[in-house]
Amino acid sequence: MTLPELATGRHAVVAAVHEQGPGDAVARRLRDLGFVAGETVRLVTRGPLGGEPLLVQVGATRFAMRRAEAARIRLQPQDA
Amino acid sequence: MSALNIALVGNPNCGKTALFNRLTGSRQKVANYAGVTVERKEGLFRTPGGRSVRVLDLPGAYSLEAASPDEAITRDVCRGTLPGEAVPDLLVCVADATNLRLHLRFVLELRRLGRPMVLALNLMDVARRRGIRIDVDRLQARLGLPVVETVAVKRDGAAALLARLDDALPAAAEAVADDGDLHAQVAALMAECVALPASSGGLDDRLDRWLLHPVWGLVILAAVMFLMFQAVFSWAAPLQDALAGWISVLGEAVAGALPDGPLRSLVADGLFAGLGTVMEFLPQILLLFVFILTLEESGYLPRAAFLLDRPMRAAGLTGRSFIPLLSSFACAIPGIMATRSIQDPRDRLATILVAPLMTCSARLPVYTLLISAFIPRETVAGVFNLQGLVMFALYFAGVASALAAAWVIQRLRRGEGEHVLLLELPSYRLPNLLDLGIGLWERARVFLRRVTGIILSLTVLLWFLSSYPAPPEGAVGPAIDYSLAGRIGRWMEPLFAPIGFNWQICIALIPGLAAREVAVAALATVYALSTANDAEAISALSPLIAADWSLATALSLLVWYVYAPQCLSTIAVIKRETNSWKQAGIATVYLFALAYLASLVTFQLARALGA
Repeated sequence: MTLPELATGRHAVVAAVHEQGPGDAVARRLRDLGFVAGETVRLVTRGPLGGEPLLVQVGATRFAMRRAEAARIRLQPQDA
Repeated sequence: MSALNIALVGNPNCGKTALFNRLTGSRQKVANYAGVTVERKEGLFRTPGGRSVRVLDLPGAYSLEAASPDEAITRDVCRGTLPGEAVPDLLVCVADATNLRLHLRFVLELRRLGRPMVLALNLMDVARRRGIRIDVDRLQARLGLPVVETVAVKRDGAAALLARLDDALPAAAEAVADDGDLHAQVAALMAECVALPASSGGLDDRLDRWLLHPVWGLVILAAVMFLMFQAVFSWAAPLQDALAGWISVLGEAVAGALPDGPLRSLVADGLFAGLGTVMEFLPQILLLFVFILTLEESGYLPRAAFLLDRPMRAAGLTGRSFIPLLSSFACAIPGIMATRSIQDPRDRLATILVAPLMTCSARLPVYTLLISAFIPRETVAGVFNLQGLVMFALYFAGVASALAAAWVIQRLRRGEGEHVLLLELPSYRLPNLLDLGIGLWERARVFLRRVTGIILSLTVLLWFLSSYPAPPEGAVGPAIDYSLAGRIGRWMEPLFAPIGFNWQICIALIPGLAAREVAVAALATVYALSTANDAEAISALSPLIAADWSLATALSLLVWYVYAPQCLSTIAVIKRETNSWKQAGIATVYLFALAYLASLVTFQLARALGA
């Protein structure tokens, strides 16, 4: 499952950041910002129109990102 | 002893600029790095031990893998590879003590460069209040570099850093290409040196619940915008009148001291008229800056970008375009300057190209004149004032055209890769007065420097065009009719006949190139009226043009002003901010073309309908 599929307000653990094509600068930047395997993230809220952008918290920091950016972040499967 | 060169480097939102302000006060120099539109801020100060220090405030960066021109500058200065820039003797790495997990990664990345370095843990007061405990001694030992605590917003909050600068430079670590996974190292450091409270960021959570709420968030944003407009357009008015009054008194005094002749005319009608034009807008623009700086410092601006990203993207822009476009309602110049916060160069260019379509306050005198002369004071549908409706329609036409133009620009550049948002929403902070003051002073200075030179030289040039050659002996028409401007106006007439402009309007368009509202004074000159200010010109002109022009001509001229880039300062700022004559040329041509087309349609339609 990827980050955009996470329900609003829920936590999850990052499994990996997936590269879209070679030298994906967005993927690298996401990793630099702390989206690395094992980190807990939370989908704080979504934008008011069209459910975009997503507001994602990692550590103490909140980032706004569009769905295409967030889709690079794969999450560990959650226990139901 | 020669001055010590230090550079402040750190993540965005680490309080680096506040620390820079604390260290240097107002002894700052702001310019651009050579060849790019990245702001270069340098300051001077003296340590308590008497050492003089030159400090560079580098643009905020998340990583040395640069993702924007700003970050590339930071990377190159830190590596010492930027031509013309001295290699800093010491890197002062600033980190937000409340957000070490993110900021320490960059510290470790910088440490790999093997340069003398000090870590300043900023916002230590907030960290303590939130119950974050940092073992500074242990952190210092583990990192192998000196660590000092700073509170940039407190009077002596940089004391520890200043004391450290008086000591000998710390030895540089050895440069290494790669010393393992930085995130793993950060996690280890955090586990060893930092004790986090069970929950943090409670205030941000509570505020974001309201400010980013799908309904209330938008309502609050609308209220903030309304307050800002109210301030910019009504609270500034008395200040503007006072300033305009002082300048005209000063101008009369200076002109009175000069002998009658061309010099006096140049000073009174050229220089002081031009200066007055600039200064009259200054209170509005300063108030606008106060609002924007406060919103920026408090952390609200990125939230506004978050709320509006989706609709703005549908039009080919980004949430970050919101503030530049909002500023452009007061004046396109600060708006275009504000596009520097847009990282994607394509989004930035699109925003710059459409910013002049926002109805700036200089259009208001022209709109007021034409509406009061041609639109009857009628009530429509029981509640709406027809004059007000026309004004609203003009504002709306500007916004709608800007969105449409942005959409077309995006279409023309399709398929050049993803447009990325990825924007940090920092913690909310109470704005600090020192930082607000310095920020305001800086922006006002940049604005005045940009504008005064252009406006002054243009007004002198246009004064010359409108005054020479002088009318022959015994001439009956207004003097401007015989001047170069008059001849150009007559020559333009056939070109503008299809959109309904008579030769008087054509002449007024020429001095009106300096700034839009100048057209009103120019029309007054063409109709040989002598008036002291815009308000007087409007009331004297209204009956004259109402008798002389058709309604179709008036509507056509209104529409012309929605689009036409009748403001050379804007064009000059576009050139400066894009570093390209080509882009400035594209903006000019497309806006004039739009103006001509829209006026043509308006005039022909209105005439066909019998107006």
